[in-house]
Amino acid sequence: MTYILKPKLHHPSLPTNALGLTRRDYEGKVSTLCAGCGHDSISSAIISASFELALQPHRLAKMSGIGCSSKTPDYFLGQGHGFNSVHGRMPSVLTGANLANRDLIYLGVSGDGDSASIGLGQFAHSIRRGVNMTYIVENNGVYGLTKGQFSATSDKGSKSKKGVVNSESGIDLVALALQLGATYVARSFSGDKEQLVPLIKGALSHHGPAFIDVISPCVAFNNHAGSTKSFDYVREHNEAVNRLDVILGRAPITATYAPGEVREVTQHDGSVLRLRKLHADYDPTDRIAAANYLQEHHAKGEVVTGLLYLDPDATDLHDRLGTTATPLNALGTDQLTPGSAALAKINAGLR
Amino acid sequence: MGPGQGICWTIRIENALLWGAPLKATDISNPDYFHKVVDCQWACPAHTPVPEYIRLIAERRYTDAYMINWQSNVFPGILGRTCDRPCEPACRRGRVEDEPVAICRLKRVAADNKTDISARLPKVAPRNGRKVACVGAGPASLTVARDLAPLGYEIHIYDGDKKAGGMIRSQIPRFRLPESVIDEEVGYITGLGPIMHLQQPIDSLKSLLAEGYDAIFVGTGAPRGRDLDLPGRKEAAANIHIGIDWLANVSFEHVKKIGRRVIVLGGGNTAMDCCRTSRRLGGDDVKVIVRSGFEEMKASPWEKEDAMGEDIPILNYLVPKEFTHREGKLTGVSFEKVKAEYDAKGRRKLVPTGEPDQHFECDDVLVAVGQENAFPWIERDIGMEFDKWNMPVVDEVTLQCSIPNVFFGGDAAFGPKNIIWAVAHGHAAAVSIDKHLNGEDVAERPAPNVTIVSQKMGIHEWSYDNDVANDQRYKVAHREKSVALKDVNAEVELGFDQTIGFKEAQRCLNCDVQTVFNAATCIECDACVDICPMDCITFTMNGDEADLRTRLKAPATNATQDIYIGDGLETGRIMAKDEDVCLHCGLCAERCPTGAWDMQKYLIDMTYAGHACRQTA
Ligand SMILES: Cc1cc2nc3c(=O)[nH]c(=O)nc-3n(C[C@H](O)[C@H](O)[C@H](O)COP(=O)(O)OP(=O)(O)OC[C@H]3O[C@@H](n4cnc5c(N)ncnc54)[C@H](O)[C@@H]3O)c2cc1C
Ligand SMILES: Cc1ncc(C[n+]2csc(CCOP(=O)(O)OP(=O)(O)O)c2C)c(N)n1
Ligand code: SF4
Ligand code: SF4
Ligand code: SF4
Ligand SMILES: [Mg+2]
Repeated sequence: MTYILKPKLHHPSLPTNALGLTRRDYEGKVSTLCAGCGHDSISSAIISASFELALQPHRLAKMSGIGCSSKTPDYFLGQGHGFNSVHGRMPSVLTGANLANRDLIYLGVSGDGDSASIGLGQFAHSIRRGVNMTYIVENNGVYGLTKGQFSATSDKGSKSKKGVVNSESGIDLVALALQLGATYVARSFSGDKEQLVPLIKGALSHHGPAFIDVISPCVAFNNHAGSTKSFDYVREHNEAVNRLDVILGRAPITATYAPGEVREVTQHDGSVLRLRKLHADYDPTDRIAAANYLQEHHAKGEVVTGLLYLDPDATDLHDRLGTTATPLNALGTDQLTPGSAALAKINAGLR
Repeated sequence: MGPGQGICWTIRIENALLWGAPLKATDISNPDYFHKVVDCQWACPAHTPVPEYIRLIAERRYTDAYMINWQSNVFPGILGRTCDRPCEPACRRGRVEDEPVAICRLKRVAADNKTDISARLPKVAPRNGRKVACVGAGPASLTVARDLAPLGYEIHIYDGDKKAGGMIRSQIPRFRLPESVIDEEVGYITGLGPIMHLQQPIDSLKSLLAEGYDAIFVGTGAPRGRDLDLPGRKEAAANIHIGIDWLANVSFEHVKKIGRRVIVLGGGNTAMDCCRTSRRLGGDDVKVIVRSGFEEMKASPWEKEDAMGEDIPILNYLVPKEFTHREGKLTGVSFEKVKAEYDAKGRRKLVPTGEPDQHFECDDVLVAVGQENAFPWIERDIGMEFDKWNMPVVDEVTLQCSIPNVFFGGDAAFGPKNIIWAVAHGHAAAVSIDKHLNGEDVAERPAPNVTIVSQKMGIHEWSYDNDVANDQRYKVAHREKSVALKDVNAEVELGFDQTIGFKEAQRCLNCDVQTVFNAATCIECDACVDICPMDCITFTMNGDEADLRTRLKAPATNATQDIYIGDGLETGRIMAKDEDVCLHCGLCAERCPTGAWDMQKYLIDMTYAGHACRQTA
């Protein structure tokens, strides 16, 4: 952490977005995490993505649980809304908030401990229900906040800082998310913002449950030889299947690509996701193929990254439940509590 | 899968094909590299360690701050009021917000608040048997004396004037520089025991050489004011004055008043001093009239501002044509109106507008259109080489002329400049004289003395104040105008008090506390990149400089500022840091998990005459 505040001064050529805000306007408080923590890089990527999308900061709801990762919403978008829930309960708080006010953009930030251990059930149900959200797991393979115990995503055979070998199988949250029906699934690395920022932009503009597993080295407890979540290991084993560009309505398409090299997908909100293929045979719209691909490459010790699965026609919980389009806080008392006559009518309908 | 196939490695291979000659890692052992980062110090002709003394002011250690200045610029109290301050336009603060640090006025804070320094003045060594003559007692000669007298040289200073100080005393008006300050700071030098030959102008270099001096330093300034040979000049001579002569007469109290209506011709600092002095000697309708445009005037912006603040209009694009007169008395000046036109190469020409000439009535005219060197007292048959402008040929670094034991400095060397250049020349000439008289090659110049100290005291603690103040530049208070204009000796600027001095000092970014990078320990975690408030740091593939400058996190468009390159990183990328707008806040070093960044103070001190400047030291 740092004792002085980050100076207000910024680069004289710092650009502004459509709202007239600079990237610096999307910052939050100064981080209190260990110097060099991968989570800080993810915060920085969220800041860049929000700036580039010209998000109105007050339209973002940042939800989290407990852990170093779950502390980070304090360090970006200081003008957004936030809710720091108890350990592992972020998904249900997020779901509730979303049901009450669908006008906000929901960003859940969690850790591998928060989501794969105590919160595994919450994680699973929020995804299978199809909550419209961006769910980021800052995955360091350990419980960072409680000083580095193996987490459930730690790979079998990887070594702790003290040299103990993990004998339990690791949970692959990407595989789970695919199986549970997430409609936007990605994996990335905190040390590769060129890949990560567009993936976050794509997720934030996606309508439906978007899940991103971001490998995020813990410099204090899990960045040694023998770890599979260290900077060196991820850099050496990173196998990116594609590169994503998110194109907002206004931006003209300038680059030229060889035929077959690029695939464009238009999402609900009109944003275009342009995928540059790095692996010719990878099809990100085929869920079963994606799951197989992941399994095969994981078995080879590779870390597959990129936009792994996308359903551009996704729907969400509200669509399925047919809820009112108006946020509950904008409805009048007569609509929220229609009175005993309305209740009697409902009861009559159930007789 | 091994290295060579991951994403970063792929980029490396592509890159090798795409980009030109890659940059080499920065050689930070070259003292110039970090010296340049200290923009103010680099821009100062005498290379005053500015941030070092500014920090001392913030600590209220005024005497220590004064002595750092005294060592490098010799006249801190004088310069703190009058310096041309080339450091300020260079100051990094001026690139990250509107205005630079008020470096010059902080120097005055040190001078105003110091305690007795006599115990800190150098001890004079026993005489070493060498004699050096200095011609002229201006700042250049006085600096030579200051540097050489303590080493045991017998210094003889000659000047035609009654008191030492040169133009500092004869030209700069007292309302900008009180005489007591001149007496004090000249006194520190005369106190070192040079033998003063005042009121003794030298009229022959040949005879001076014959007197057996081991070396001679010529610091006679640029004493001749240019005249304007226009119709009416002779007839109206009684009321047309050469600016610098007139100012000297005011300083020496030979002139005590001027007519009510005054026209000052010329747009340099001398013109500004002439018009402001006129306002104090009875001129209530004083104008400055210049040939060129207002923006192109040579006077410093703050001098123009001060003049206009004293109700002196500046009229531009008027070329003087004639002095009008009646019955042998000046009545005014007429001017041709011109405008600026630019040719294809962008060169400016002044062309007549065709409008009728403009006439301004006045009682006196002050001509301040430039100064020249003049060496009527140097014989042309003594072996000194002169150039096509009839000026002695002088080496810009060593200040030696073609007679090996004769050196020039100050305005006498390369034409009129300013005090701080005179001081810088004085130091350099003193080094040359010392080396020459010790049988060394004067062309071998001593490297500066560099002290490197890490500022780290704890994880978040540094031995300098790394928190960046958000204050805008403070203004110096002025004496009330009605009072100031009544007395030519009343100093206008009142200086910063200690409280404002502290606040202004806090605006300094400590550019001498350098960001030092060690690639061997960097794990490329991006923490420094993420925290840097100015987007200075980028990890990227190497390339040629022009290309690299466009690929940084923030484009590096200021080509005068270096890109610091660190190489040997695991991924094959380089660390590229644009020095341009770095705040030296140390956040990169605080956020680095491995200490790959450190904040280290590079105190760069010039090497002066004496043992340190000699190879045989
Ligand atoms: C009106 C005016 C205002 C100025 N204001 C500023 C300012 O605010 N800030 C600034 O930095 N600079 C200012 N300058 C410029 C500055 O004064 C000079 O650049 C500086 O003094 C030069 O120093 P010097 O040692 O080379 O010579 P000088 O200061 O010119 O000293 C030369 C000395 O040599 C003596 N001398 C000349 N010939 C002989 C001889 N043959 N024998 C013996 N003695 C001789 C002269 O009497 C004089 O005392 C100003 C100049 C003028 C004219
Ligand atoms: C109900 C409950 N159980 C246990 C804890 C202790 N605890 C705090 S953080 C944490 C693990 C956090 O791990 P992760 O989500 O991976 O976050 P990281 O710190 O690694 O980013 C645990 C078990 C708690 N705070 N609350
Ligand atoms: S900020 Fe301070 S150290 Fe940096 S250039 Fe300005 S005065 Fe010099
Ligand atoms: S000291 Fe470091 S963090 Fe601060 S501005 Fe300079 S490079 Fe950036
Ligand atoms: S913070 Fe330190 S280790 Fe991390 S990238 Fe910067 S210099 Fe390297
Ligand atoms: Mg964790």
